[in-house]
Amino acid sequence: MPLKLERTPMREQDPVQRRRNFDEVALGYSPDEAIREAQRCIQCKHPFCVEGCPVHVQIPQFIKLITEGRFEDAAQKIKETNNLPAVCGRVCPQEEQCEARCVLNRKGQSVAIGRLERFAADYQMKKGIPDPERPIKIGKKVAVIGSGPAGLTAAADLAKLGYDVTVFESFHELGGVLVYGIPEFRLPKALVKQEIEFLKRLGVKFVTNVIVGNTLTIDDLFDDGYQAVFIGTGAGLPKFMDIPGESLNGVYSANEYLTRVNLMKAYLFPKADTPIKKAHKVAVVGGGNVAMDAARCALRLDADEVHIVYRRSEAEMPARAEEVHHAKEEGIIFDLLTNPIRIIGENGRVTGMECIKMELGEPDASGRRRPVPVKGSEFIMEVDAVIMALGTTPNPLIAATTHGLEIQPWGGIIADEATGATSRPGVYAGGDAVTGAATVILAMGAGKKAAAAIHEYLEGKK
Amino acid sequence: MYKILQKEKLAPSVYIMKVEAPLVARKAQPGQFIILRVYDMGERIPLTIADYDRDKGTITIVFQEVGKTTKLLAALEEGQYIQDFAGPLGKPSEFDGLKTVLAIGGGVGAAPLYPQVRRMHEMGIDVDVILGAKSKDYLILTEEIKPFCRNMYIATDDGSVGYHGFVSDVLKKLVEEDGQTYDRVIAIGPLIMMKVVSGMTKQYNIPTIVSMNPIMMDGTGMCGACRVKVGDEVKHACVDGPDFDGHLVDFDEAMRRQAFYRDEEGLALHTLEEGGQCQCH
Ligand SMILES: Cc1cc2nc3c(=O)[nH]c(=O)nc-3n(C[C@H](O)[C@H](O)[C@H](O)COP(=O)(O)OP(=O)(O)OC[C@H]3O[C@@H](n4cnc5c(N)ncnc54)[C@H](O)[C@@H]3O)c2cc1C
Ligand SMILES: Cc1cc2nc3c(=O)[nH]c(=O)nc-3n(C[C@H](O)[C@H](O)[C@H](O)COP(=O)(O)OP(=O)(O)OC[C@H]3O[C@@H](n4cnc5c(N)ncnc54)[C@H](O)[C@@H]3O)c2cc1C
Ligand code: SF4
Ligand code: SF4
Ligand code: FES
Ligand SMILES: [Mg+2]
Repeated sequence: MPLKLERTPMREQDPVQRRRNFDEVALGYSPDEAIREAQRCIQCKHPFCVEGCPVHVQIPQFIKLITEGRFEDAAQKIKETNNLPAVCGRVCPQEEQCEARCVLNRKGQSVAIGRLERFAADYQMKKGIPDPERPIKIGKKVAVIGSGPAGLTAAADLAKLGYDVTVFESFHELGGVLVYGIPEFRLPKALVKQEIEFLKRLGVKFVTNVIVGNTLTIDDLFDDGYQAVFIGTGAGLPKFMDIPGESLNGVYSANEYLTRVNLMKAYLFPKADTPIKKAHKVAVVGGGNVAMDAARCALRLDADEVHIVYRRSEAEMPARAEEVHHAKEEGIIFDLLTNPIRIIGENGRVTGMECIKMELGEPDASGRRRPVPVKGSEFIMEVDAVIMALGTTPNPLIAATTHGLEIQPWGGIIADEATGATSRPGVYAGGDAVTGAATVILAMGAGKKAAAAIHEYLEGKK
Repeated sequence: MYKILQKEKLAPSVYIMKVEAPLVARKAQPGQFIILRVYDMGERIPLTIADYDRDKGTITIVFQEVGKTTKLLAALEEGQYIQDFAGPLGKPSEFDGLKTVLAIGGGVGAAPLYPQVRRMHEMGIDVDVILGAKSKDYLILTEEIKPFCRNMYIATDDGSVGYHGFVSDVLKKLVEEDGQTYDRVIAIGPLIMMKVVSGMTKQYNIPTIVSMNPIMMDGTGMCGACRVKVGDEVKHACVDGPDFDGHLVDFDEAMRRQAFYRDEEGLALHTLEEGGQCQCH
């Protein structure tokens, strides 16, 4: 078979159209396209791609199944190591993980592993995911706190081992950042729902509206007969810049903006009851995935102009390359090497933002060149909404109400990297709650390790 | 889903509901609140816990119909269900070391005051209470609160009962004419009332706690919508409050922030009324 160098492109909604709707941007492969792309994989004996995947998905194996047209088997193969392939195929930073290590990356373009993963998972979902084998119950209860990717993964693995697993979630909806943060046009919520349905079929119980730390504590959980607890509560606390004018109406944290839009469906207002203010000119401060998502949501809410304001240059931007590309295609304006110093308002509402130009100096602690202000380069941007996407930290609620749980000075829960074990026996933690804001797949990996460690711990306690 | 066990009208547009929520009832303390969502397209709104019964697993809320969500809530009857009901949220009120307290409630502010007055009574604190309302018909919970306070004063805007005037006039009379002294004033009601009361007690040098009611969403510290300026600090009312030092709160900013969605709230209410019946069942 001739080696095809060209990566099979994936169809996308036209930027002109999609910038005004919340439908999914990337449309996925057809079976023919998937087979064509799968055939590009040369089935390495020592597949580096697998090393690049934090959960070691058996990449050549599942891709081979796709070349044979065995799409559902391919999905099952992925699921041996990754419970949420439809999600990861869409949002993993593949270009830094599996695809970065693919041998074809040198010759031209890597195999589109993420797209193939997505294809197999979507195909299986459309056919209907087969009922899982109901594990034999071993009569031990484990509590999982938080229903993001870390919690869902831990819950699934523990349920498969026969534990009675209950997931406690503070929101009214399950899925963590997958439902409240990442927008519909990048990750349709129906998909997340289906994945959660699957966990329900596995026997996992879900209780929403429970804020652990308030509604009940970890000690209460042990009193109620849970023998181990996994904390997967994410990093949900927003940061602000601490500059004048941040309390003006029209200044949002990205968390607030995205939660209003995604979780509360403010884009359907007034059909959905949660309001969002229509803005004409929006500035989003930050350069990560969160900033891209907020900017693209603002555009879809009919803003005339949306700016990304970032103090470093494009090379330092932490957002996925693909999402930066999508944002540009849709007409988002990038004001790089620019930093806000003050927000200006009239009658309590934002009317502008004063910024200063930056230039790159010496590398800082993060190894990236430190941006330094250019004297006298201040200017005023006229805007009527400012969204702060500056990163998040873990919520102190659980740490403050759990005896003997050690945390980092910045709020992260201290947990063993290999097992997720915390300073408190029987309490494990993983995902953003431990690492600070990271990625879906790392959170899932942490959930997986912790599930295995919890199993070992409870086996030992027999 | 959370069952409505009892519902009663307390005053025009003001309702009291007892809701089955055993997990919330297990931990509820005076000063805390819940966040509810009436139906699946609903918004999340905060309401104070007006009472709780740990044994029966119930939470009591008192609310005033002011917009779409509270109207939808008021349209629910006994035996029906509220979609989501999460809590208890916020910090419990603290009363340690107090001997005499003046508690002031304006309008539905009487509801959050009730469990606080009761708790202070249990702790042996002497509590005087001022309740204010538009008129006689709008006064709520007077009989419920009475057994737990030393003196009760009533003020109505129209003079239909009690003192003809504002709660702040009664406060002035108590302190300036009657020479009453208090370790603390607790004021719960509309922002403007809390602002006026705090302004006065600052002059009298009486420490004052107000209960802030900014726009909220999650209620767990993750959105920042509820930020309130207290002295030099920016606080999140849902986790750091809702109680704050009334002498430090920036009320003018709080009033501006509370009004941010006025247009949208009007539109939501309008669509509800145009649509006639609520569309949630
Ligand atoms: C806008 C945005 C875009 C992103 N884009 C990408 C991307 O493209 N690719 C990628 O890989 N990563 C992306 N990320 C990062 C990724 O989503 C997170 O790293 C990942 O979701 C972390 O998973 P988690 O399970 O640790 O926590 P979360 O997903 O944050 O889930 C935590 C859950 O715990 C609940 N919770 C919190 N406190 C409590 C409590 N006290 N009691 C009960 N429940 C509680 C929360 O409500 C939440 O549901 C993005 C993040 C954001 C915000
Ligand atoms: C901690 C706290 C405790 C409260 N306790 C009570 C109570 O015990 N009884 C009671 O009647 N009211 C209480 N409120 C106010 C109550 O939340 C609002 O009246 C309610 O949200 C109005 O919703 P609506 O859709 O009916 O009205 P809308 O027309 O949408 O809004 C009317 C006004 O209510 C406020 N409001 C709107 N949305 C929110 C929101 N998401 N969060 C907070 N305020 C909002 C705004 O000032 C708005 O202008 C409390 C508020 C807070 C923050
Ligand atoms: S889970 Fe993510 S990193 Fe692993 S193979 Fe799939 S897309 Fe690549
Ligand atoms: S490294 Fe690339 S070519 Fe080799 S097995 Fe992995 S995906 Fe296939
Ligand atoms: S309501 Fe979101 S932070 Fe307080
Ligand atoms: Mg409303």
